[in-house]
Amino acid sequence: MDFNYFLTLLVFSPLLGILLLAFMPKTNESGIKMLGVLATLPSLILALIAYFSYRGGNELANFSEKFRWIQFGGQGAEQQGMFAVNYELGIDGFGLIMVVLTAVIATLAAIASFHIKKEWKGYYMLFLLLEIGMLGVFTSQNLILFFLFFEITLIPMFFLIGKWGYYEKEKAAYSFLIYNGLGSAILLIVIMVLFSRTGTSNIDMLSVMMNTEGVPMFAPVSESLKMGLLIALLVAFGVKLPIFPLHSWMLRVHVEAPPSIVMIHSGILLKIGAFGLIRFGMGIFPEQFAELAVLLAVLGVINLLYGAFLAFIQTDFKMVLAYSSISHMGIVLIGLGALNEAGIQGAIFQVVSHGLISALLFFLVGVFYERTHTTTLANLGGMAKGMPLASGFLLAGAMASLGLPGMSGFVSEFMAFLGLFEEMPVLAAVGTIGIIMTAVYLLRAVLAITYGNAEREFVGVSDIRSFEWAPVLVLVGLIVLIGVYPAVLSEPLQATLETIMMGIGGVMKDGFRYTSII
Amino acid sequence: MDLDTLLSFDWGTMTPEFIILGMIAILSVADLFMPKHVDRKVLGWAGFAGVVLALVSLVSLIGTETTSILYDTFRLDSFAIAFKLILLLGAALVMLLAIDYRTNDGLEEYKGEFFYLFLTALLGTMFMASSGDLITLFVGLELLSIPSYVLAGMRKRNLKSNESAMKYVINGGISSAITLFGMSYVYGIAGTTNLKGIAQVFGGLSDPQHIYILGLAFFMIFVGLSFKLASAPFHMWAPDVYEGAPTPVTAFLSVVSKTAGFVIILRILLSIFGYIPVSQEDGQPIPLLFAVQDYIAFLAGATMIIGNVVALRQRNIKRMFAYSSIAHAGYILVALTAMSFVTFDAIWFYMLAYVLMNLGAFAIIQLITMKTGSEDISHFAGLYRRSPLLAVGMGIFILSLAGIPGTAGFIGKLNIFMGALMVNQAHYVLVSIMIATTVVSYFYYFGVMTQMFFRPAANDDKIQLPAGTIAVILITVVGTILFGIMPNLAIDFMHSNFNQFVDFMR
Repeated sequence: MDFNYFLTLLVFSPLLGILLLAFMPKTNESGIKMLGVLATLPSLILALIAYFSYRGGNELANFSEKFRWIQFGGQGAEQQGMFAVNYELGIDGFGLIMVVLTAVIATLAAIASFHIKKEWKGYYMLFLLLEIGMLGVFTSQNLILFFLFFEITLIPMFFLIGKWGYYEKEKAAYSFLIYNGLGSAILLIVIMVLFSRTGTSNIDMLSVMMNTEGVPMFAPVSESLKMGLLIALLVAFGVKLPIFPLHSWMLRVHVEAPPSIVMIHSGILLKIGAFGLIRFGMGIFPEQFAELAVLLAVLGVINLLYGAFLAFIQTDFKMVLAYSSISHMGIVLIGLGALNEAGIQGAIFQVVSHGLISALLFFLVGVFYERTHTTTLANLGGMAKGMPLASGFLLAGAMASLGLPGMSGFVSEFMAFLGLFEEMPVLAAVGTIGIIMTAVYLLRAVLAITYGNAEREFVGVSDIRSFEWAPVLVLVGLIVLIGVYPAVLSEPLQATLETIMMGIGGVMKDGFRYTSII
Repeated sequence: MDLDTLLSFDWGTMTPEFIILGMIAILSVADLFMPKHVDRKVLGWAGFAGVVLALVSLVSLIGTETTSILYDTFRLDSFAIAFKLILLLGAALVMLLAIDYRTNDGLEEYKGEFFYLFLTALLGTMFMASSGDLITLFVGLELLSIPSYVLAGMRKRNLKSNESAMKYVINGGISSAITLFGMSYVYGIAGTTNLKGIAQVFGGLSDPQHIYILGLAFFMIFVGLSFKLASAPFHMWAPDVYEGAPTPVTAFLSVVSKTAGFVIILRILLSIFGYIPVSQEDGQPIPLLFAVQDYIAFLAGATMIIGNVVALRQRNIKRMFAYSSIAHAGYILVALTAMSFVTFDAIWFYMLAYVLMNLGAFAIIQLITMKTGSEDISHFAGLYRRSPLLAVGMGIFILSLAGIPGTAGFIGKLNIFMGALMVNQAHYVLVSIMIATTVVSYFYYFGVMTQMFFRPAANDDKIQLPAGTIAVILITVVGTILFGIMPNLAIDFMHSNFNQFVDFMR
């Protein structure tokens, strides 16, 4: 099979949907919604083809594509091959998993968007643009292209939050824009320093150049500058992830944005932070990253505990989940801070697993909100009576989130902590309090909704129906699949992990594979 | 000088200027003899045709050898062609806006004058781009300034317009005088007004007294010219003049006149101050221009901060765009500060992008303000409902002005960043200010977005779309996106036709 243009097609296929939508009459609600969902399918199918063809033995390198794009600095620079920015897409194992995850969640969120009440046309056009940005982020092979896609996600989100959100939507949209704008501004500085000093922005080239002595560069990068760049990178992606204390914007977004958008936001966009830290932080500055490992682990534990404690005292279910996201992103940091194979694998597992779980939970929030028009814990209660299925799935999601064995949350938490215990046992021991707290706040919240006293009578609320089945079943299915058969993730990741471990000077411990533990 | 010498000059190099000059003559005579009741719009179309013709003739000149005529006072090098392209492009678009512009406060009676005064100003900018002599530079500068003063006050029954003309002429006069004063020092020491001759004399300069005086001259010239750029410290006039002037004139001032300002600054700075050796480092002489880099950097930083921060408080859209335009002057000054080997590229591309995005925005501003009779931002409310295409167009211009990827404005900023970071002593502080102020600019740019997309409209009246304005919006939208996604179109064009501007110094 020929894979030329495959990734371009994959990334830009939602564009077709945008064009078709542009010609749809504004009032054709069901048509627009159908088209919106259909438009996410090509990238989903292509992503799955890529995944299965890789599992079938196809090399991921075959997917790479590269074209001449911009040449800065004139012919002199061009002859030396410097200051060229190519349009280059490619995936490694990690990228592949993220692309599949994005495509899956995008389709499900498009289905969840059936709840949107107004201006469906603009909504779906922005939604598809957002998908292009996300897919591009995970496939771009150079920093400038990455930044381009990164910013493309920013603009649709601003409008999606600001126009279709809840009461304080504009405030949330602005705080999203400004925090993330600052984050990407810092990222841009890092990118441009690297680009203007080395003359290239290709990620692989950069990781070689920065870690080999005596490579000719336009202007050398000193060790202290590298450290500065990594810290800047940490802040830039820390906003996205979000790392305490850069998280306040994310709470607003979780509460004010429509649930389908939060599925995307919490499921994918937050993960760009982790993706960036792993790809660029570890890839380009491995030595400096190792020096910061302890800091990362500490930040991770802070995130984990801070999120968990604050989630415990929230009265609104969306806020519980928002703080829970902060807490769970702590586990990613813990895994990265451990800086050994188990830890990094755990971090990546957590990225995927939390993507699926939070998508499921926010989908269910949408389902409940649509019927009851409240997310306050005190107002909900006894929902298991009227909506047994939805309540059941909610419980399942919570179980996965708190790390019940057999579900994806368990695998990732287990791996991350395994990694950290090996390196910094005391810190890891402190961190485990967070896991207990997770169980406490999630059960408290979920039980308050499903059982507990019904404050109000929700007469005639319908349970999960028609289109709502698809997202729930797919997400729960994937969560369980990863939980019982983690090889679906760990095998594609193997090569990526080996590269990372070589970069940071660690040795792959033989026989240490999660698959062998199960 | 006899007739033979005069005929021996290669006048073909001045074709674009002659076309504009001829058009000015035709329009002024025609306006004089045309009966009162005839719509002066036709003059505008004729002027537009003239600009397009000049543009075509300029394009045909691309690739010609560097020629310099009239005893080196007028030169056609790649720098001149490259920037004249932008000037003419901008002028053509402004012309289209001007044709569709109408108010009831006194402009209609002078619509004829409007067009040829405008062309005269354009002629001035073109002379600046091509000048090889201090005299032609200054003549070009005044040829641009004097019609601009008149244009700013053209709405004669509008108080704000009167005020703006008054402010403009006084400030402009002062800044011209300062520039001229600075130039007189240069002439005094060099003994010639020819830029090439000056460079030769200054190359061998060693008397510290002279260098000190030339340092003063530099500051004076730079301060005087920063008026044209609307950069700090001479930016105060911009908001008042931009607000008072008719919208096409505002567009002209913020785009064409600003480009001309950068043209003259590059000409003077590089060809005079780039040669004065002030000290030695590793056997290499350091020119005065590098010694005063910190000063330019400071002005760039101040300009970006003032422009972007004060813009936050503006409710009048034209004032807001005035401050935004001040901010953009600051960004371009960053490229000037860096003096890397991409400085010319960066400034050229940024100006191109700026012409497209800012003129597009002004086209829409003109439509809205003409329709509502008010310049308050709140009149953009609900534009998405009333006219989705206009709103999306404005959205694209604003994204580009804010430097969001996918638009020409982003690539322009990228170029500037690169230049500032690739030089030996990278300008981290300056770049950080630039990026931080860009984020600040999100607040006011997206404020317009909020109005257009989130707020309900006061009424649902459809907006009249005149053909010329539509053409401007279409051209600029396409350009903004095209050069954002395929910037290589413009960048490769520049590299292959202007060859890194190497003939600039020769």
